Amino acid sequence: MDSILSFISVYHEMIFIIILSIFLGIEVISHVPSVLHTPLMSGANAIHGVVIVGSIIVMGEAAPDNYFALTLGFIAVILGTLNVVGGFVVTDRMLELFNNKKKKK
Amino acid sequence: MAENAILIIIYLLGSVSFILGLKMLSHPESARRGNLVAATGMTLAILGTIFLYINPDTGEHLHNFLWIVGGIIIGSIVGTISARKVQMTAMPQMVSLFNGMGGACAAIISVIEYNHRFAPGSFGMNGTILAGLLIGSVSFSGSMIAFGKLNGNVKDFSLPYHSVFNLILLAVLICLGVYLSVTDTPNMVALGIMALLCLGYGVFFVMPIGGADMPVVISLLNSFTGVAAACAGFIYGNQVMLTGGILVGSAGTILTLLMTKAMNRSLLNVIVGNFGGGGNAATGEGSTTQGTIKEISLNDAAVLLSYSKKVYIVPGYGLAVAQAQHVCHDLEKTLEEKGVDVEYAIHPVAGRMPGHMNVLLAEADVSYDKLKEMEPANEEMPSTDVVLVIGANDVVNPAAKNNPSSPIYGMPIIEVDKAQNVIVMKRSMAAGYAGIENELFYEPKTRMLFGDAKKSLQNLVTEIKQV
Repeated sequence: MDSILSFISVYHEMIFIIILSIFLGIEVISHVPSVLHTPLMSGANAIHGVVIVGSIIVMGEAAPDNYFALTLGFIAVILGTLNVVGGFVVTDRMLELFNNKKKKK
Repeated sequence: MAENAILIIIYLLGSVSFILGLKMLSHPESARRGNLVAATGMTLAILGTIFLYINPDTGEHLHNFLWIVGGIIIGSIVGTISARKVQMTAMPQMVSLFNGMGGACAAIISVIEYNHRFAPGSFGMNGTILAGLLIGSVSFSGSMIAFGKLNGNVKDFSLPYHSVFNLILLAVLICLGVYLSVTDTPNMVALGIMALLCLGYGVFFVMPIGGADMPVVISLLNSFTGVAAACAGFIYGNQVMLTGGILVGSAGTILTLLMTKAMNRSLLNVIVGNFGGGGNAATGEGSTTQGTIKEISLNDAAVLLSYSKKVYIVPGYGLAVAQAQHVCHDLEKTLEEKGVDVEYAIHPVAGRMPGHMNVLLAEADVSYDKLKEMEPANEEMPSTDVVLVIGANDVVNPAAKNNPSSPIYGMPIIEVDKAQNVIVMKRSMAAGYAGIENELFYEPKTRMLFGDAKKSLQNLVTEIKQV
């Protein structure tokens, strides 16, 4: 019990961010038309690619002779970039189709 | 000091851009700009981290720039090329694949940081690292299986008592996680075993779920990866990772629920339901379908369509597979020239993902306001002369309304059986993706036009021009 309480008091700021973000996430997309479900899922998919920031930190803090961390970190950076870049490009391609439609009318 | 403040501002801008991006993505007019806003925020966050991040304990900048930049360049090139080249029909697989990459990234971070930051006694932090490993790995291996299923490489497969088996495996994983976070010294061997079991859990989790439910699974795994990213953000006390991850986690969960609602199923039902899998539920016992199938010749179909006032086209995944969306648009134009009113009725889960069909038809230049959602389309069904069902099956199956023993019972459908005539274009009599017989095909007013959707449509257009 003590450890839980101390955990909360040490990390209270992050816990705040988490709880508020949960409500924000729900609020932000609750009125989305079903037409946009696929692009929205794809866009959200790109946003969680923010995990790449973590892989950059891992990589940047690894000691030059720590090949375990260097190798895994390098793979993580590549995977994270794939998630971010691929995700945004795919989403853009989908939405481009909707936009072209609008211009021609 | 100044650098740290600038980085915090950048992270704040990043978080705001994610929120605005998601908000704009949920409106058709602003969706594309929303995607760009989020992408810009992401770029800022990445560059800021590379150049400005300072370790709070040692006060050191990051090093190994060559490795970092090299990884980013490789990832960007491969990511851009694969995202540019992929066919619109294969979009859901692609999203699943990229999602898996993010999950794997989060899992790897956890493995390294467990080795690096493990602190005896700080149960919360150790637990967060292990939660990132669990969720990230499950998301990775699950996404790979979902990718394989949608691509047709992986067949449905389920162990006997798979839900009991999965629960036991999950319990084992949690025990292992608890052990690893309360132990005094980091145990890398046990961590390796846990990582493997997590990957296995992801496989067993998705394996028994039928292909028809893959969109829901991908959306669920998408929110998992969001949570895994947030766990990694928690480890570093990194605000932009926390907000980005949690936003996707909660928005993704809501999106998943919206999808299950469109299919009139519960999430629990999708996960343990074994729907459309190899199990016995797939055939639906009540479907002792009787009657004969009537075929229609191309000529007859052309005449019937040309002399109609109102035609509805119900496209399904078959249309996409045959790459027939452009010919379909030709058919629509040809009929319109003859004074026929043509519209499309889009089921919320037509294709492989909600909204997937709209993307495909938009690609073929079909006008946005010709696409009708299910409910308005259903209201117009009784006054429709001909419904042309192209490569759709389960979304027009009347069993969903009147056969309580059918596995899709209760799913809202496009009520094409209320229209005057129904023409079903289909490759063969094979059952739909959910593996269920369709009574619609045996109805007296239904006629079948067998063959490849693209070829049949081309022939149909030529015939109609001659009428």
